[in-house]
Amino acid sequence: MDNVRIITANTAAALAAALCRVQVIAAYPITPQTPVTEELAEMVEKGELQAEYLTVESEHSAMASVVAASQVGARVFTATSANGLLYMHEMLHWAAGSRVPVVMACVNRGVGAPWTILNDQQDSISQRDTGWIQLYCRNSQEVLDSIIQAFRVAEQSLLPVMVCYDGFVLSHASTPVEVPSQEDVDRFLPALSTGVGISEGEFMNLNPLILSEPREDSGGHLRPGYMDLRYRLQEDLLGALETIQIADREFESIFGRGWGGVVWEYRMDDAEHALVSMGSLASEATLAADEMRKEGLRTGVVGVRAYRPFPSDELAKALSNVGTVTVFEKDVSYGYTGALAADLKAAMFDNGLRPKIHSYVAGLGGRDVRPEQLAKAAMEVVTGTPERGWIDVHG
Amino acid sequence: MTEKMEKTTIAASKPAAGEAGRTGDWRSQTPVIDQEKCSQKDSCLLCWLYCPDGLITREFPLEIDLEYCKGCGICAEECPRKAIEMVEGRTPGSAGKKE
Repeated sequence: MDNVRIITANTAAALAAALCRVQVIAAYPITPQTPVTEELAEMVEKGELQAEYLTVESEHSAMASVVAASQVGARVFTATSANGLLYMHEMLHWAAGSRVPVVMACVNRGVGAPWTILNDQQDSISQRDTGWIQLYCRNSQEVLDSIIQAFRVAEQSLLPVMVCYDGFVLSHASTPVEVPSQEDVDRFLPALSTGVGISEGEFMNLNPLILSEPREDSGGHLRPGYMDLRYRLQEDLLGALETIQIADREFESIFGRGWGGVVWEYRMDDAEHALVSMGSLASEATLAADEMRKEGLRTGVVGVRAYRPFPSDELAKALSNVGTVTVFEKDVSYGYTGALAADLKAAMFDNGLRPKIHSYVAGLGGRDVRPEQLAKAAMEVVTGTPERGWIDVHG
Repeated sequence: MTEKMEKTTIAASKPAAGEAGRTGDWRSQTPVIDQEKCSQKDSCLLCWLYCPDGLITREFPLEIDLEYCKGCGICAEECPRKAIEMVEGRTPGSAGKKE
């Protein structure tokens, strides 16, 4: 623990990007992400970070800019929140489809309307199907470490990675964070070698019109059709589950801490009841599990770190011996149930597991959630049929 | 076939004639240049400039590469001397014939 600083998750994210020696940053400020952009801009302005900082007029342009810079071989970074992320939506598909290793911090915030600047995870959950890897962080140290890991995962799998952390709860809360040395980060993350994209003397049309069937190009090489490239995206995303786990293990061997890869567990060894969640809410669920153990209920927590690709088998393994699963999440797939709960149920079904699973929506738009509320809700699942799927809601 | 495609991760192509296939097949109308009406001066060349597929020569008399011309008609629309006429069919005079 050489260099511990008391910083926010936003500062941790900016420091991580700088330690990764990003070369191009394009971002548009939006609460609660703003300090990330300000701190990176200051580093570039002072000459501490040798990077091109593009001030763009929108999030759509921010993503378009980093996609373009990535295609010519630069290591790129951006950050956003909420409606800014939604404004990027088209370019998120474009980034994943272009197979560029863009890394972005998503500082989770509720989505308008009605207007809110406070935290939930509806913004990034709404980007679930864009082909991005999504990692959810518990604390500021995990934010810093995950961004460093994200560049490695992105560059190895040629997939964009979104590192998600809760707005205000983490983004504006100061906690001790160990800032690794530049030498160690360089050891973990070698300079980006331009394996794809365009380069001088090697002219290419990137993302040309792709027809439905494979066909020969003018040079006589068979080019895949649209569906073939989309299949490759899906296969590589599923394969990224292992890449994320390996990156986390190798990170641990250099820095002395790991984050569980795609799924982490707390007191699950003898657990009969499990609480499942993502981000800071999952961290808080560990306190609820402790509380339930005081009541004689053997309870543990399974945290989902990688939400896309979804760790179905790892979750099934972690939950193979429990009777009840209570899911807490800060999002809703409107018209159905919580997105995580729906995905988790499918994963259990595929693995032949039939625990009682109940989903709770909590903390939307920054409504405070306390550990005792989580414990009370989970105990309703254990003892009977819970009445409602929303915690602390009026009306 | 699959062996070659497995290496493909990103959609890319070389800028080359015919990269998008033999697009002349798409044509239902064909441009015909009346060389006497054409300016024959390099101060014009609007057809060359506007052709979205870059199929018109810069040297006079102008020629259009019908192997790839899709028959969009932009050259005919832009020509200030009305020197280009779009005629029905994939080749001039083929209108109504089976191709």
